[in-house]
Amino acid sequence: MALVEARDLKVTFQTGDGPVEAVKGVSFDIAAGECLGIVGESGSGKSQTMMAAMGLLARNGRASGSFRFDGQDLLTLPAHEAGKIRGADVSMIFQDPLTALTPHLTVGQQLGEVLAHHKGLKGAEARRISLDWLDRVRISDAARRIAQYPHELSGGMRQRVMIAMAMLCSPRLLIADEPTTALDVTVQAEILDLMAALQREEGTAIALITHDMGVVARMCDRIQVMRHGAYVEEGTAAQIFAAPREDYTRKLIDAMPRIDAPEGPARTDARGQQILDVRDVKVHFPIKLQQGIFGRTVDLKAVDGVSFDLRAGETLGIVGESGCGKSTLARAVLQLIPPTAGAVSWLGTDLTSLDAGALKKQRRDLQIVFQDPLASLDPRMTIAQSIGEPLKTFQPGLTRSERRAKVLAMMDRVGLPASMQNRYPHELSGGQNQRVGIARAMINTPKLIVCDEAVSALDVSIQAQVLDLLRELQAEFGMAMLFISHDLAVVREISHRILVLYLGRVVEFADRNRIYESPLHPYTQALISAVPIPDPGVERSRTRLRLPGELPSPLTPGAQLRFLPSRRADTGYLPRLSEAAPGHYVAEHDSLETILAQ
Amino acid sequence: MLNYILRRLLIAIPTLLVLIVVCFLLMHAAPGSPFTSERALPPQVLANIEARYGLDKPLVFQMWDYLVNVVTRFDFGPSFVYRDRTVNGIISQGFPVTLTYGTLSFIVAVIVGVSLGVAAALRQNTWLDYLAVGTSFSAQALPNFVMAPILVIIFTWKLGWLPGGGWNGGAWPYLVMPVIALSTSFMASIARITRSSMLEVLNANFIRTARAKGLPARTVVWRHAMKPTMMPVVSYLGPAFVGMITGSVVIDMYFSTGGIGLFYVNSALNRDYSVMLGLTILYGALTIVFNLITDIAYAWLDPKIRY
Amino acid sequence: MTQETRMDRIAEHLTDTEVKGRSLWLDAARRFRRNKAAVGAVIALLLVIAFVLIGPAFARWSNEEIDWTLMGDVAGQGMPNVENGHFFGLDELGRDLYARVIQATGTSLVVGVIGAFVSVVIGTLYGAVAGFVGGRTDNLMMRAVDILLAVPSMFVIILLLVMFGRSFYMLFVGIGLVSWLEMSRIVRGQTLSLRHREFIEAARAAGVGTTTIILRHIVPNLLGVVVVYASLLVPQIILTESFISFLGLGVQEPATSLGALISAGAATITYGTVWQLAFPLVFFLVTIVSMFFIGDGLRDALDPKDR
Repeated sequence: MALVEARDLKVTFQTGDGPVEAVKGVSFDIAAGECLGIVGESGSGKSQTMMAAMGLLARNGRASGSFRFDGQDLLTLPAHEAGKIRGADVSMIFQDPLTALTPHLTVGQQLGEVLAHHKGLKGAEARRISLDWLDRVRISDAARRIAQYPHELSGGMRQRVMIAMAMLCSPRLLIADEPTTALDVTVQAEILDLMAALQREEGTAIALITHDMGVVARMCDRIQVMRHGAYVEEGTAAQIFAAPREDYTRKLIDAMPRIDAPEGPARTDARGQQILDVRDVKVHFPIKLQQGIFGRTVDLKAVDGVSFDLRAGETLGIVGESGCGKSTLARAVLQLIPPTAGAVSWLGTDLTSLDAGALKKQRRDLQIVFQDPLASLDPRMTIAQSIGEPLKTFQPGLTRSERRAKVLAMMDRVGLPASMQNRYPHELSGGQNQRVGIARAMINTPKLIVCDEAVSALDVSIQAQVLDLLRELQAEFGMAMLFISHDLAVVREISHRILVLYLGRVVEFADRNRIYESPLHPYTQALISAVPIPDPGVERSRTRLRLPGELPSPLTPGAQLRFLPSRRADTGYLPRLSEAAPGHYVAEHDSLETILAQ
Repeated sequence: MLNYILRRLLIAIPTLLVLIVVCFLLMHAAPGSPFTSERALPPQVLANIEARYGLDKPLVFQMWDYLVNVVTRFDFGPSFVYRDRTVNGIISQGFPVTLTYGTLSFIVAVIVGVSLGVAAALRQNTWLDYLAVGTSFSAQALPNFVMAPILVIIFTWKLGWLPGGGWNGGAWPYLVMPVIALSTSFMASIARITRSSMLEVLNANFIRTARAKGLPARTVVWRHAMKPTMMPVVSYLGPAFVGMITGSVVIDMYFSTGGIGLFYVNSALNRDYSVMLGLTILYGALTIVFNLITDIAYAWLDPKIRY
Repeated sequence: MTQETRMDRIAEHLTDTEVKGRSLWLDAARRFRRNKAAVGAVIALLLVIAFVLIGPAFARWSNEEIDWTLMGDVAGQGMPNVENGHFFGLDELGRDLYARVIQATGTSLVVGVIGAFVSVVIGTLYGAVAGFVGGRTDNLMMRAVDILLAVPSMFVIILLLVMFGRSFYMLFVGIGLVSWLEMSRIVRGQTLSLRHREFIEAARAAGVGTTTIILRHIVPNLLGVVVVYASLLVPQIILTESFISFLGLGVQEPATSLGALISAGAATITYGTVWQLAFPLVFFLVTIVSMFFIGDGLRDALDPKDR
């Protein structure tokens, strides 16, 4: 008998617009010790299936059918009976580690209550088991961490605490709902390794809910593909990836860019003359530390001396993990944040020296597309009004109907039907809103577009479409792009050259192919090796480069010298950039052995 | 934590000084002196009286003297109207009374209000919830100067259970009606704030985590949801405190409890500036101290504020 | 495809499928209409307003006339009576309560609306400026608000009324002066969070000037919050006015407000003239409670984050 037997599981929500069936009767089994992947795009109902089993549906949600765990139907079991199984035999971890832990209870208290409730353990014994598990999920300095509050831990560490909490009673099923989606790619790699190890050592079955085919390829034995609340395909990982039966599955796999694709889509070398020259730009923010009675102000060096150039029609990818300063750098280039030092020279004019009026004239050619499509549009304007706003500023002479014609033409160009012109952002999907954002940026045919994580919030299939659109627009209008992303596979798809940032400084800067084929800096190598590849065969046989320690905060002294431990005695020393090969710059670093040995 | 308290204190002290100065200037900006409004006095007599109260000196000196007296000796000077009384005397007579029923009302409002709010949130969209919301709206709308006579009619006249007024050293039968009349509307506000705050917290991700651990509903609510729920409630306690001070005026008028509220109204009607000034500063100081306490309570609820 | 054919196609498209979008306001209106309590409250409030507007047509007595025939025995014969035209009975001076209630309800509504309007305008401007300018200015402006909030507001109003005379005008100044504080804090918070939203950054990147950003993007997005708090401020101000009237400092005879009638009714209830309290109180409660429900409904409709 399988560990889990779910039959005809349905989830219905009562909404203002009548009942909505989020899950339309799914059936599946999970065998003891296996990892089942439940894959689908947002809104496919993949999370709600498991939420129903855990009794976590929203108040307006109702579940029917059955979810038998070890013979007992969790849906019909009385609450106190189900409460003995939930958290002990079946446990769950969630997507957003920043909000999933209770803010006013220490790590130790939150771990301890699981042991107290399910095993009746308290005091020294509970503490011993908690510490033991914190060690096992590789939290360094567990004895100190156990007394800390969640806000004192990093995102990756909080997810480790969540996993430790879920594992305390040695569950037989661990449900992981997008466990690594909110994490940086190197942290994701470590969390996935940890889960795989637990599955192996403890024999815990895992139900992994994710949208990321790469994660599935790395982790799962069997896969269920879900769409619109129903399962469309089921099979072993090898089968699904090698020979998907359904078009939808095929599309999901193909839409995901592969970092190991032999030769990315051809990027015509349409590189004209240099239009943008960024020299030694620094952006420092004064941060008030709460120390002593009056606090203390220190400078957070978000961007600390970055230089690069950009040619007409070229796409420069800027990659790095959270907090590396990539978004700040983009805003400094556009003068949305005034740089603390350095020069941004646009077509020969230094933008940092311009007054407001002169800068405004330049803005016509300098546009930006943001990460969150909904947040970047004024909720009280129709999309036509949003798209037309830059026209009002830069072509005030246009009549109303001329402006309207231009807006409609641009809407058509980015693939939005004209019938949508009077709609509001909240009525559109994320992908459509991002097209609106792109249309607004393109309406004056600028010479430079900055894409700040422009596809990160979108589902993979939509992401692929938006990337295609950007490439088409670039071919048609010839604008240059600064493409900022944390996703190395996506950046590879679209960029000519790539800049790798680490804590506000450049660690490597080269042509796309050079960066991916022969990365020189250990940080670049670690980043690339952490990206999961949507192919189980390749993914599971890869050797991964793991760097010791966590990504430090830019305020930590010596953080910049993580890859240069030999100079650590020399406080304030910053690694220098040198040209290793023509056009290939790399920051000073020690050998890999030295770094791994620290 | 200690640093945090010290920092709040450092903000509170200048606030208090500014308050004293502003009140003083406001009071002296009023047209005429307290003695001009009475029947016309001979100029010589008026000058003598003004000299006696120090009103003949330049305003800045008057203010400085006042400030020094208040800060160093906690001395608010003599009353302008009751020639034989000092402001300090009035405060020491009336304040303990106000403090007693005020504190009690405050405790009752918080305990009953929070319990009602939590109950309504946990039974959202049931009759209990609707009843709680409905009554709390009505209670908020019912002014305490209506509440007080209604209570007297019911408990004193019809039922004869409670004395209709007086203080009697704060014996409990004399406390019941003042406390009910003063606390009801704040109880209602607290209940409504608690309810909506609890509903929001119950939707938070960490509550989902706590439920996923299999903890019983009781533990989830008390251990995980209660502290964050209380955060907006604690923020409201400052304004509630100010409201109760205002409300004490009504209590003192209806129940003849002898608290400082009545003195305040009388001083306002008699243009007894020194009493008004002294009591306003006392109330302001109490508010500032109370806000300090709520700030500290807030820090206790939210570990992110403790450094 | 050439540019022209594309334009043609678009033009074709336009004629048949121009879809009207649902703006946030329309959405909110739809949510509000679904809220039974709020819709009921709107109807109740409209009835009260209709009573004030149409009611005088049915009155047989004016609000100033004294019914000399019944004046001597108000407690005995002054009760509500359809035959002699005193639908709501007489007040303690022998005036027709029906006409007085109409007059008082009108006054209270006007005081509430104008008072709320004044404080909304001041509070919104102050808060928006502080939030948008930020930095040191913001710090200074908000510290000033903190200090003012520490002063028990009712005492400021009393002070003003006592010192500068009891007038309708002073009443507005007093109420307006103290009730904008909370508003300014809320607006500042909203402005601050709006200022960092991406669509504001997008507008800046599109070369839109600061003034235009404030007018085109910030203000329309503040409007929802302002509407909600304004709707809650109106009953609050009516309550404040009633308290001041209770102290005898509010609107002066022959003008009257619900607060004045209620406190008069509460004072004479010992003589058994229940109607003198009951009628004004019912109108008062209906007005305030329905305003509370409307404010609550507006908040749920305009800020649907927990649904």
